[in-house]
This record gives sequence, structure tokens and C-alpha cells, in this order.
Amino acid sequence: MSTTPELHRDDQASKIGMWFFLFTEMLLFGGLFIVYSIYRFRNAEAFHQAAHELSIPIGTINTIILLISSTTIAMSVTAIQKKDKKLALILLCTTIVLGLAFLVNKYFEWGAHLKEHIYPGSSVLALRGQGDVLFYGLYFFMTGLHALHIIIGLIFIAVITRMIYKDKLNSESYALHENSGLYWHLVDLIWIFLFPLFYLIT
Amino acid sequence: MEKEKDHIIPYRTFLYVLALLIALTLTSVAITQIYLGTLTVVIALLIAAVKSSFVLRIFMHLKFENKIISIAVVAVVLVLAAVIFITFLDYLYR
Repeated sequence: MSTTPELHRDDQASKIGMWFFLFTEMLLFGGLFIVYSIYRFRNAEAFHQAAHELSIPIGTINTIILLISSTTIAMSVTAIQKKDKKLALILLCTTIVLGLAFLVNKYFEWGAHLKEHIYPGSSVLALRGQGDVLFYGLYFFMTGLHALHIIIGLIFIAVITRMIYKDKLNSESYALHENSGLYWHLVDLIWIFLFPLFYLIT
Repeated sequence: MEKEKDHIIPYRTFLYVLALLIALTLTSVAITQIYLGTLTVVIALLIAAVKSSFVLRIFMHLKFENKIISIAVVAVVLVLAAVIFITFLDYLYR
């Protein structure tokens, strides 16, 4: 028997706990998707017109940025499992940079809307009718909530990166690293549905 | 201490999946530019569903995890689908 007692650790439980949290996130966004589809059903013409004003190129670029960032964080878990700390750190930093790039794109996208006085509660938007108010209300709320998740995910990943750098997470103990990956993939997953619903279906 | 061996996914697999996901994204952008009416919505959502299944199974390791997590994910999706179905029944036939 070793003299230093080992702390009990259950990686499997930690992962299942993370998944349960992700389920609440899925239902949160799921509820918003229901609101979106009902309003779209009742204001088909206005939603159709309003969706035309969103930039498909920016949306597509952001989709690809998120897909790549998901790949890099997934690969960083493989790197940690293979004891390749340096590669894991590089991949995590790449993920952070890509996440920031996504937010920069969002900034320009939202900035363009704000310049045209399109935002929730705007009088210019109110003149365009109920359908447009609903479309842009949902657009700003849902992409905004998604962007908030990106920011939280970036902080989470930054903390993980630091812990790996300090060898607090390694090939023996990386459940937290995997959980940060799960969170980031969920953010990607939500965007996979937000993108066609707001940008593509016109 | 006995630790069950975790499945290590090779880097290559992730890159293949990424290529596939980007291809699917571009396909859905291209298809929705053609006017197909209601079919556009169906195709776009179908492609999104295929993409998310790859993210869930490979990126989120569901394919290699304990089956109980996959079952729970399916259950959550079914609950959501049921709520959407019932809500639309209400709106269509009230």
C-alpha cells in the first residue's frame, strides 16, 4: 500500500455530468428553435424577405471557422492522450484564435445592422412591421446567446490551456479537457442549425 | 488503480470529418440558392442533421463512449421532436 492516499477521481461520472449540462443547453436552444419556427410559420413572407438581408458569405465563413475550431480542439484531446503536450497547446491556442475570429466577424455583421438602425426596439424596424420585428428580435437574441456561449467556451478553453501548460492536466488526467471540448462542440452544433435557419432558408 | 483504456481517435479521422463537414456546408449553401420551395427547408435541415450526427459521434466521441450517453442524447432529441410536433398540431388545427 502506498503511504500517500490517492484522491478518488471518476472521469466517467465527470463526463456524464457534463453531458447532462449539455442536455439543458440543447433544450434551451431547442425551445428557441420552436419559437422561431412558429413565428416563421405565421409570418412566412416577412421572414422570407428579412432573411435575404443577412450576408450568406459571412455566415458561411463563420460556419467553416467554427467547424475548423471544433476539429482543432478534438485533435488536441488526441494529442494529450498521446502525451504530446506541445501539439496540444498549439491546437488549443488555434481554437482560441478561431473563436475570436468568429466573434470579430459577428462584430462586423452586427455593426452593419446597427448602422441601418436594425436592432430590437428600434423605431425604424418597428415601421417595417411585426414580422421583421420578430425576425430580428429572434436573430439578435439567438445569435447573441450563441455568441455568449462562444465567449464562455473561450474562457473555459483558456483555463484548460493554462492548466495543461502547468501540467495540471496530462495524459493521465484530462477529463476536464475533454469536457471543454464537449462544450465547444455543442456551441458548434447549435451554429450548425442557426446558420441554415437564419441565413439560408429564404 | 485500474483504468479502462480510453479510445484514442487518430488525427486523420478528424481531418476527414472536417473535410466532409465543410463539403456539406457548401452543398447546403449551393442548394438553398436554387428555389425549391418547401423542399429547400427540408434539405437544409436534413444536411444540418447529418452534420450534427458527425459532430456528435466523432468530435464528441459518442461512437466510443458508454452507450448510455448516446441513448440519453437520442431521448433528448425525441423529447424535442415531440414538443415541436405537438406545438405544430396545436397551431395547425386550432
